[in-house]
Order: sequence, then structure tokens, then C-alpha cells
Amino acid sequence: MKHRPVLQVQGVTKRFGGLVAVNDMSFDVANHEMVGVIGPNGSGKTTMMNMISGAFKPTAGRISLKGRRLSDMPAQKIAREGVGRTFQLVRLLPGLNVLENVMAGAVFGHRRRWGREAEDFALEMLDRVGLEVVAAAPVSALTYIDQKRVELARVLAGEPEVLLLDEWLAGLNPTELETGIELIHALRDEGRTVVLVEHVMDAIRALCDRCVVMSAGRKIAEGSPDDVLSDREVIRAYLGDDDD
Amino acid sequence: MKPSGWLELLIAAALVVLAAFVPMFANGYWLSIAVTGMMYIALSTSWALFSGPTHYISLATGAFFGVGGYMVGTMMSDYQLSFWVPLIVAPLVAAALALLIGIATLRLSGVYFVIFTLGLAEMIRNLISWIQNNFLGSRGLYVLTDFRDHHLYWMLLGVAGVIYLLGWIVNRSRIGFALRIIGNDETVARHVGINTATAKVIMFTTTGFFAALVGAIIAPRWSYIEPNQVFSPQLSFLVVIMALLGGAGRLWGPLVGVIPFTIIWEWVGVQFPNQSTLFLGLAFLLIVYVLPNGVVGRIEQLRDRIGEGRS
Ligand SMILES: Nc1ncnc2c1ncn2[C@@H]1O[C@H](COP(=O)(O)OP(=O)(O)O)[C@@H](O)[C@H]1O
Ligand SMILES: [Mg+2]
Repeated sequence: MKHRPVLQVQGVTKRFGGLVAVNDMSFDVANHEMVGVIGPNGSGKTTMMNMISGAFKPTAGRISLKGRRLSDMPAQKIAREGVGRTFQLVRLLPGLNVLENVMAGAVFGHRRRWGREAEDFALEMLDRVGLEVVAAAPVSALTYIDQKRVELARVLAGEPEVLLLDEWLAGLNPTELETGIELIHALRDEGRTVVLVEHVMDAIRALCDRCVVMSAGRKIAEGSPDDVLSDREVIRAYLGDDDD
Repeated sequence: MKPSGWLELLIAAALVVLAAFVPMFANGYWLSIAVTGMMYIALSTSWALFSGPTHYISLATGAFFGVGGYMVGTMMSDYQLSFWVPLIVAPLVAAALALLIGIATLRLSGVYFVIFTLGLAEMIRNLISWIQNNFLGSRGLYVLTDFRDHHLYWMLLGVAGVIYLLGWIVNRSRIGFALRIIGNDETVARHVGINTATAKVIMFTTTGFFAALVGAIIAPRWSYIEPNQVFSPQLSFLVVIMALLGGAGRLWGPLVGVIPFTIIWEWVGVQFPNQSTLFLGLAFLLIVYVLPNGVVGRIEQLRDRIGEGRS
């Protein structure tokens, strides 16, 4: 069943000086849909996420959330409108403990809370990602996957309409990867709308309803994971990369 | 964030009441040191409201303080106004100035912010001196009031108490939480939905307001106001050093730094009147290398280590 798109990317281009990092990208994300953005390193995936979340302004094109134009808004406004993101290299607030890190999302995000309510919701989100026990710990005490969980909990705590996960599974060992995929699968089962930048092909097959494939800034394919991953152009773009 | 702040507030209130009795016991030399100390307590605590959580080191305190002192001088001397008029007007003018500086420095971070605030403060000092010398002529700026040291002390104590209370409230509010997040990672702050510009400018403006208020209150102490002196860059550095010595990460941190430093500074001024700048530099280096988080930070670190040792 086709829903009205929640997030729309239309003809978006980003230039850094002479380099065109993203070139005329267009795709839609429907409500409750999990869309994978894949492509070789340097193909412009992170730049695309940065434009949706407002870290960069597009050089051209339009990005909108439920019909509201995001591409002119500053990042904090976009976050309040309902776009939450994680960073490719996890970014926690080192001077704040685990609970406070998550509260940052609960207090200032799309749905804003304060005081006891924010704390309870942050605890709930920590529980949601499987971390309740270490709420008072400093973030420096956490393992890598736990840091990623805290970052995810911070994003969830803002109750975004759309989640952007930039290689959230990268850098995890095989056991952690399994846990990670389960966690994101659970988000999918909750009906969340997610854009997922990912290199792990198993994860893409397991999680995504649809995939957008980027190469050198352009969209070269779009469709179901099985279809795009057997597409000749996609295989060529990935040539040299191990498909599994 | 911490619900157990009432005890802290109660202790602070008790300290204010105790401090109010100081003029009964100290007089002359010690009362004058107490006035200086109370001035620095107010200035450093207010400075740390912005610079503590955000880690933006401002060296513009002297400029705002100068606005306070200078406006008392010029309004009382040139316009024969009551002391109370500049006392109200000067902080508002300084707040407007801080608002402009805050907006102008929004895109600056780290050392660029430090240098910009220092440069701007120097520019204001030179500009006012130049205007005073060339246009307002030889008329001196006299501040003649009936205030004695203990009056100034009580007024400064009142201001310090208000700043403390404000800091206590800020620490428990959204904006206080936002400033801490900004100090940790400004990019994350924006992406969780914090309007970083507004939060920073509001708090910077607040510190400008209080620095001018303190500058205005202390003005009667000098009787004669020299623009070059009230817009003191040395005061900007002293405020930073005292706050960092105590620890800018806690509301009561600066207080811990001000008390010993004021006494040492007084002693240095008497013993080595010509080497005070050298001493200032040495103190700064020592603090940065030996006590990067201040005395309070070091105590908390030791306490944590002992706690770990037990468990
Ligand atoms: N801030 C930036 N300034 C200049 N070039 C950038 C910037 N960010 C990304 N790029 C360039 O844009 C291209 C796409 O990068 P990126 O979006 O990070 O790719 P991916 O996430 O797909 O690996 C790369 O060539 C990268 O060097
Ligand atoms: Mg990337």
C-alpha cells in the first residue's frame, strides 16, 4: 500500500567548491517505511543525511517534511520539526552522564518534555535500547555499541517523525551486529519512519522496505533490496567491494 | 537537573547572612579587602554563569564593568544626576552592548572568541578615553557620595546573592541544560533542537548586565573616574583567573578561588607593585597546568578516586 510521503527529497544537489558531493538526488520516504541509502564510500550518503538534518544547506533542490520545506531551516528547527539523527562517528556529550545525554533529546527534541517527565521518558528510551542499568554512569565508561545505543536513545527521546541513522551498525563485532540489527528491526516493527545509511548487506536485506543506491553523488537505482542488489549497475558501482 | 539543590541554596543563604556581619568585625584595611573580594565574587560568579558551562572564555568583563563605572562618573559629574540613575541605566546599556557582542561573536569559537572579546574591550576602552580627552575636555569625572566601604560591601553582597540565586535557578532550567550541552558539543546541541544562538546570547547579556552593575556600585570608591582605568583589561584577566582557580564548573567554584586570590593579589600589589602583571601570567600558567578544573574540580576528582578505592 502506498502512503503519502513523509519526507521528500527533490532534485537536491550539494557542491563543495568544485566537488559535486550530491548530484540531483530525489527520493521519497513514506510513513512507517524503512528506506536504505547505500553506495560505495564517498558516494555522498552522509552529505545527503547532513542536508536533511540541516547540518548543510543544499546548493539546489528542496527537502520537505510533511509538505513543510526543511531546506531553508537551521538544524535546530529541523530537529524540532521532527527529524532526528545519529552521526556516522558517534557523538555523545562527554561531560554529561548517560541519562543526561538521553535527556538532551527528551528536553529539546520534536516533542519537548521537562523535569521528571523528561527523566522518566529518557529512562524509558534507555530501557528501550537495553541500557537502563547504567543511567548514572559517565559515557566514557561505555563500550562502543553502548555508546551507539545511548546516541540512538537520545534521538528516540525526541520522538522524531523521521529517524536518520548514518551507518549505525558500522564498527560492531559480529555478536553486537546481531543485537544491533534486532534493535533496529524492533524500531521497524514499531512502525517508525527511518532512513538508514548502511554498508552491511545482510542488515539491508533484513531491514529495508526499499533502497536508494548512490554512486558518485547520483542515484543509480531504487527499489526493493533484492532487486537493487542484483542490478548490474549497482554491482558495477560496488565492484571490488565484497557484497557480503 | 539535581533535585537536591535546596540544601545548597540554604547554605548559600546562611553564608550571605554571615557575610553581612563582616563589616562589624573588619574595618579599615580588612574591610577594604572584603569590598574588593566581594566585587570579585560577584564578577567571577556572574562570568562563570556563561563561561562555565559553555567553555567560551570571555575577556570582555572589563568593558562591561567600565560601562558601569564610567556612566556613574559621567552622569553624576556632567549631568548632576543621582547615583541611583546610572546604577539602573548602566547595566541596561552594558546589556545592550553585550547583546551586540554576543551576536557578533556567534560564529566564533575557541581562541577566536577569546581574542575578539579582548580586542573589543580594548577598543571600547581606547574609544571612550579618546572621546573623553578630546571632546568632553578636562572636566574630571568625580563621584562624590556619602557611601563608605561597608555600604559598598553590602550592596555588592546583595548583588552577589542575586547572581548566586539566578545561577541556581539557571542550573535547574532548560537554558542551563542547553548551555551545558553547547559546552560539550555545539553540533549535537543544534541537532537535538537547541537554539544555540539564543541560549548563548541571553546568558552572555546577563553577565554583561551584572558586570556593569558591579562597576557602578564600586565607582564611589575611587571618587575620581579615569576611563583608562575603569575599562580595565587586567580586571578581565583577574576575573577569569579567580573563576578558573576555584573551578567554573560549579556555581560556588569561583567563590573558592576569589577569597585566597584576593588576599594574595593584595599582598603582591604591596610587595611587588611593578611585577603584578608577571605574577598574573604565572598564576594563569599554574592554574592551567596544575588545576585545569580548579580547586573544586580537583577536590571532586580526589573524592571520586577515594570512592573508587573503596568499592
Ligand atoms: N564538509 C565537506 N567539505 C568538503 N567536501 C566534503 C565535505 N563533506 C563531504 N565531502 C566530500 O563529499 C563526498 C561525499 O562524502 P560523504 O557524503 O561523506 O560520502 P559517504 O557518506 O557516502 O561515504 C566525498 O568526496 C567527501 O570528501
Ligand atoms: Mg558516510
